[in-house]
Amino acid sequence: MKQFKVFKGLIRDSLDTITHGSLKYHIWMGALTFIMLIGMYCYSIQLEEGLSVTGMTDRVSWGLYISNFTFLVGVAAAAVMLVMPTYVLKDIDFKQAVLIGEGLAVAALIMCLAFVVADMGGPSVLWHMIPGIGVFNFPNSMLTWDVIVLNGYLFLNITIPFYILFRHYQGKEAKPGVYVPGAILSVFWAVGIHLVTAFLYQGLQARPFWNNALLGPRFLASAFAAGPALIILVLAIIRTFTAFNIEDKTIKKIGMVVTVAAQINLIMLISELFKEFYAPTHHSESAYYLFFGLHGKDALLPWIWTAIPLNVLATVLLTFHKLRNNFKVLFFACFILFVAIWIEKGFGLIVPGFIPGPYGKIAEYTPTGIEIGVTLGIWALGAFVFTILAKTAINIELGKIRFKNK
Amino acid sequence: MSNKSKKWISLNLGRKKEVPKASCGCGKTSGGCGSNSVEDQITVDEFNKGAIDASIGDERLKDGFDQVFDVKMSRRSAFKKLTASLLIGAGAVSTSCSVVAGDDAKEKAQIDWEEQFKGNYKLMNDDEKKATVDRLMRSYELRTGKKISMSSKNAEENVLYGYAFNISKCQGYMDCVNACVEENNQDRNSQMQYIRIHEMKDGKGFNFNEADDNYYHEVPAEGHFYMGTQCFHCDNPPCVEVCPVQATWREEDGLVVVDYDWCVGCRYCMAACPYDGRRFNWSKPEVPEEEINHNQHYLGNRMRKKGVMEKCTFCVQRSRAGKNPACVEACPTGARIFGNLLDPNSTIRWVLENKKVFRLKEDLGTEPKFWYFMD
Repeated sequence: MKQFKVFKGLIRDSLDTITHGSLKYHIWMGALTFIMLIGMYCYSIQLEEGLSVTGMTDRVSWGLYISNFTFLVGVAAAAVMLVMPTYVLKDIDFKQAVLIGEGLAVAALIMCLAFVVADMGGPSVLWHMIPGIGVFNFPNSMLTWDVIVLNGYLFLNITIPFYILFRHYQGKEAKPGVYVPGAILSVFWAVGIHLVTAFLYQGLQARPFWNNALLGPRFLASAFAAGPALIILVLAIIRTFTAFNIEDKTIKKIGMVVTVAAQINLIMLISELFKEFYAPTHHSESAYYLFFGLHGKDALLPWIWTAIPLNVLATVLLTFHKLRNNFKVLFFACFILFVAIWIEKGFGLIVPGFIPGPYGKIAEYTPTGIEIGVTLGIWALGAFVFTILAKTAINIELGKIRFKNK
Repeated sequence: MSNKSKKWISLNLGRKKEVPKASCGCGKTSGGCGSNSVEDQITVDEFNKGAIDASIGDERLKDGFDQVFDVKMSRRSAFKKLTASLLIGAGAVSTSCSVVAGDDAKEKAQIDWEEQFKGNYKLMNDDEKKATVDRLMRSYELRTGKKISMSSKNAEENVLYGYAFNISKCQGYMDCVNACVEENNQDRNSQMQYIRIHEMKDGKGFNFNEADDNYYHEVPAEGHFYMGTQCFHCDNPPCVEVCPVQATWREEDGLVVVDYDWCVGCRYCMAACPYDGRRFNWSKPEVPEEEINHNQHYLGNRMRKKGVMEKCTFCVQRSRAGKNPACVEACPTGARIFGNLLDPNSTIRWVLENKKVFRLKEDLGTEPKFWYFMD
């Protein structure tokens, strides 16, 4: 009964927290709400007219939505790079950042689920997938595995920080015996969500561009580069705008994680390029299309030739200690790395999988305005959710909101 | 040549266009079921006009007194008038009494509800299959006032369908494509086609990369040969494995089918198909009412909705009724052969045993039941 009362207090206090703030905070949230509303309007058009309002066709049947979904699974998985050192290796330097990382994972997962739903032809019959009342084609379909791991990871990433914050809210210390088993599980789970998402594509013999044993490992490497890079940027913003104290050495340590992951990612990229272009086969055509264009069709060239130099530049900048330890350079490198991996693992991965088609047909894909509107709306939703979570968590951690037994 | 302007490609060179006959609920196109006689059918307006003429006729010109008293009437016309007035009265009662109309709306709502929450067709027993088919037929009747026939016929024993394509014979006329679109009620707006005919250059072998599957010129074009692809109904179909809700499966007779009402529209099967065999309804599929094929099967050519997958079913509504698929029947060159692989006397078996047959992308282990051969 007391727990319930505390919970009610927490809800009331967090509502109070998220509805009050500086002018900048209100502008930020107002802008996000506005973008979300535009996204919802675009989505309503899509619901009404069908997916024909997107740029997708029978030839390229997955586009911007699935690209963003794939990328965001990686961002979500990246929380493990903070969870593992904090809870498992007991490195106190990460302690302040880990809650932020988990909040980011929750926001990313919500975006993932939103992108999947946006991509569905029949969102109203999604209950067909619920075991018990529907048919869940487990374990045959990798998509069912993905549903399980994504929802499980979402559950873990909500419950663990919630337990810790709930204890802190009451002014008590969280008991490691309660959350550490969950944290250890979430470490494996994080690797699981990204490997399973890679297997979703890797398991298709119809698409040689994806049917490649390196896809899964490369997903992990790029995720552990892009995700922590985003966390660094977010921490930098939080440090500037709130009283939440994040030490330099925390950011430097996360920077180290980003660096190693980015280097491994680059090695794998070279390995892939070597395989595709040293002894090109019929199966290398998608890679040719991506990097050089095929038969004059070259819509992806500007994207990939933005991504590759940014990726290389970021990795080089991060590799030198002197440059990495300069925060201005670090933030810049993290930003361009994030953008590069977003292109490479979103657009650069999904679209060429369909081009050329099974019989060599080259039909290009360009997202429509409505598709972009929905996509921006979902990103705004993610930012909105994250802001709420982070603001509450920070205020609890700072001791600004505490349970008062009235 | 067909003179109707169609949105999908129509190259009916020398093909005789059948005159569409009045169709009826029984699915036959020539007499016998009783509802075929067009001249017997009159519209409601004509009926009302006739009924009024019969009852008051030239009395319109007379005043009240004359109307009542100055009436020429034989027994025959008196009887006619009596019947007509009774009919008008009955009509008035039926329209004014909202209970009847309410029943229709209620029934429609009931059907919609049951259809929304019904299970996966694959897992239904025969009674449930029949129930959903009955609901769909009734729903169509309630919405359009027209009857369709929809079958839920299961696979027969000792039947495994296979298909063979004679590359030497195909001239690229695309009659198969037209017949397929008409038979299977495919969306006319997006020009959806299950069959693709690839025009290949002589001397280049089977080079799909340089082939054109979207040509608009006279065929057969000099120096080219033609090869058709569609769903190959694999014995080991990758599309079936990946479906998260088992909305697509391989039937006992080898047909790979989709339950349009169970599909959630994730398009994973489309990504998994190595043969470009699947199509998606990107918007609401539309077929002009007069072009709808009313002889339907639940797993085949019944009307689809937006946001679901569909594909070639070897015309399940025809093949399970013992007929050839529409593409086989329409092919003017005899390049297409369809039959039961388990029947040792079938043509398809003769082709497989006597011709040098091959299949596409055999290295993928999908085991298509679609063979190519040459004379």
